[in-house]
Amino acid sequence: MTSGRKLRILVAKPGLDGHDRGAKILARAYRDAGFEVIYSGLHQTPEQIVQAALQEDVDLIGLSCLSGAHMYLFPRVIDLLKESKAEDITVIGGGIIPMDDIPKLKKAGIKEVFLPGGSLKDMVDWAKANVEPCRYGERKE
Amino acid sequence: MERSVEQKPERMERFSTVSDVEVKRIYTPEDVKDLDFARDIGYPGTFPFTRGCQPSMYRGREWTFRMFSGMGSAADTNKRWHLLLGQGETGLSTAFDFPTLMGYDSDCPRARGECGKCGVAIDTLTDLEILTDSIPLDGVTTSMTINPPAPVLWAMYLAVAEKNGIGWDKIGGTIQNDMLKEFIAQKTLMLPPKPSIRLISDTVEFGTKYVPRWNTISISGYHIREAGSTAVQELAFTLADGIAYVQDVLERKKLDVDSFAPRLSFFFNSHLDFFEEIAKFRAARRMWAKIMRYRFKAEDPRSWWMRFHTQTAGCSLVAQQPYNNVIRTTAEALAAVMGGTQSLHTNSLDETLALPSEFAVTIALRTQQIIADEIGVANTIDPMAGSYFVESLTNEIEERAWEYINRIDEMGGMLAAIERGFPQREIADAAYHYQQQIEGGEKVVIGVNKYSTGEQVYPPLLQMSEELEEEQIARTIEVKRTRDSRKALQSLNALRAACKTDKNMMPYVLEAVKAYATEQEICDVWRGVFGEYRESSVHL
Repeated sequence: MTSGRKLRILVAKPGLDGHDRGAKILARAYRDAGFEVIYSGLHQTPEQIVQAALQEDVDLIGLSCLSGAHMYLFPRVIDLLKESKAEDITVIGGGIIPMDDIPKLKKAGIKEVFLPGGSLKDMVDWAKANVEPCRYGERKE
Repeated sequence: MERSVEQKPERMERFSTVSDVEVKRIYTPEDVKDLDFARDIGYPGTFPFTRGCQPSMYRGREWTFRMFSGMGSAADTNKRWHLLLGQGETGLSTAFDFPTLMGYDSDCPRARGECGKCGVAIDTLTDLEILTDSIPLDGVTTSMTINPPAPVLWAMYLAVAEKNGIGWDKIGGTIQNDMLKEFIAQKTLMLPPKPSIRLISDTVEFGTKYVPRWNTISISGYHIREAGSTAVQELAFTLADGIAYVQDVLERKKLDVDSFAPRLSFFFNSHLDFFEEIAKFRAARRMWAKIMRYRFKAEDPRSWWMRFHTQTAGCSLVAQQPYNNVIRTTAEALAAVMGGTQSLHTNSLDETLALPSEFAVTIALRTQQIIADEIGVANTIDPMAGSYFVESLTNEIEERAWEYINRIDEMGGMLAAIERGFPQREIADAAYHYQQQIEGGEKVVIGVNKYSTGEQVYPPLLQMSEELEEEQIARTIEVKRTRDSRKALQSLNALRAACKTDKNMMPYVLEAVKAYATEQEICDVWRGVFGEYRESSVHL
């Protein structure tokens, strides 16, 4: 972490998927690693997720989707962030995701994708190494 | 023995099951000294059913090979069903996509990107007609994993049977229809708890009167376990849910317990810990028998038995070295069979990455068939009985599960416990604890924290059509365009009026689906009258 403040993370469940075990475990793991964490609760639309991210001044959004709808939902979150001029928020994803989709998601702007069996330590270390705090004061008009 | 251990230390300081129940070095007659054969074990088909529901078990008939499957359109899934039946599958089980599970049509904005993705999309009776095309509804039983909209999907199935001239007394199957575990674990949410329970009691009553071979509820521990519970929590919360449903039907419908109890069915997870799972299944039957006989005063022995379906643990599979998942599933399936399951689904090796390919699902089905026909475990009933360890573990799991049930009773029952967040919290804590044990290397996952190679080998995955969503939406729009709109509207208005009385809603749902009202139109009536249940965000 490059600045003094704690990184803020939104762990979010887009779409209608109800599998929240991974998202909840990850939220706790980030909290225990010293991040400030908001868990969105289930069944959020991309619009609701982006709105929450902006309201809560988060630096990282972790999207979890096990329903197979990631190819619509994940890029949609990226597009909405761009529309809100908030591309500096890092977005990562995880869930039941076929390998062929990973390069497409990365091309769409998802920085990293984690699969079942992935370790919490890797996900926490990844965030520590790759997430820059957003400059909220400067971005807001 | 103590001395030999001092000289040569054991591999670990503490040995425990997947659920972290401590396991001793050795079990002896001392561990089962209070066991009474007639009282605690007995014979299959008799109280307390520890050894199985039927007197002949698998010597009479194998368990049902019932593969949970559904993807894409109704036609795609129908094709997969025929493939599986052709390979020796003996029962059907339907996986619906998320919009269907949550009561939304494919053209609803909330359904964008989800259509047909993790199950089949069903919007109207037309879809169900396509889904069941050339399936002998009086020759095969069909399970439907559907919860808040269960009355709608069941009504569609009943309507199709009627259209095909098959009497409701000739068809068999199961609707999951267990909302309490949705609030606890699976989270396909629609209505608040109280109206949800009313809908369930309506279906139980309707089935008891008109569809005698149907299981109108499948009280499910599977999803509780997938959400991260221990084996004991899975068992205890499932039984506590069952108690709540029986109570509601008795109070709301004033039915005689023996009129509906024999059709209550259950659904459990089979996880990796071989003996723990077998003990759990045996304890489950014994506990339910006691609950029905002593707590609810049921007199028909068929009210005491617990019949259950089992699915191997999806959460035990990993993306790394995915072919190893076949071996995990085999061990889990074997435990389910040694535990006396009535039917079984075996997961496919590629399910951590996508819906199963034909290649993967065939291996999964063959896994069951090899267990049934080649390795001899189905030759005798409850072969684990009398094992010092298994009997002792069966007792221990039962004891611990009673403790949970007593706590839930003290809270005022399962509904009150859920409102307090009790089971949800217990499960989340267990899930985190297990994950930390994996992270710390106390629990081993091959290919993840041991024998990891970094090598990436991936099986060929199922590809879904890109046009699926558009085609499904077009079909639903066409159904709406060509139906008798006045009739559909009238049926929905009649349902709305029935919601405000204490009438059974099933006849109204049946009229609505027959008038080609969509699933969402029917669910919107309920949402309008009873309100919606939503989860909110939390700061950790």
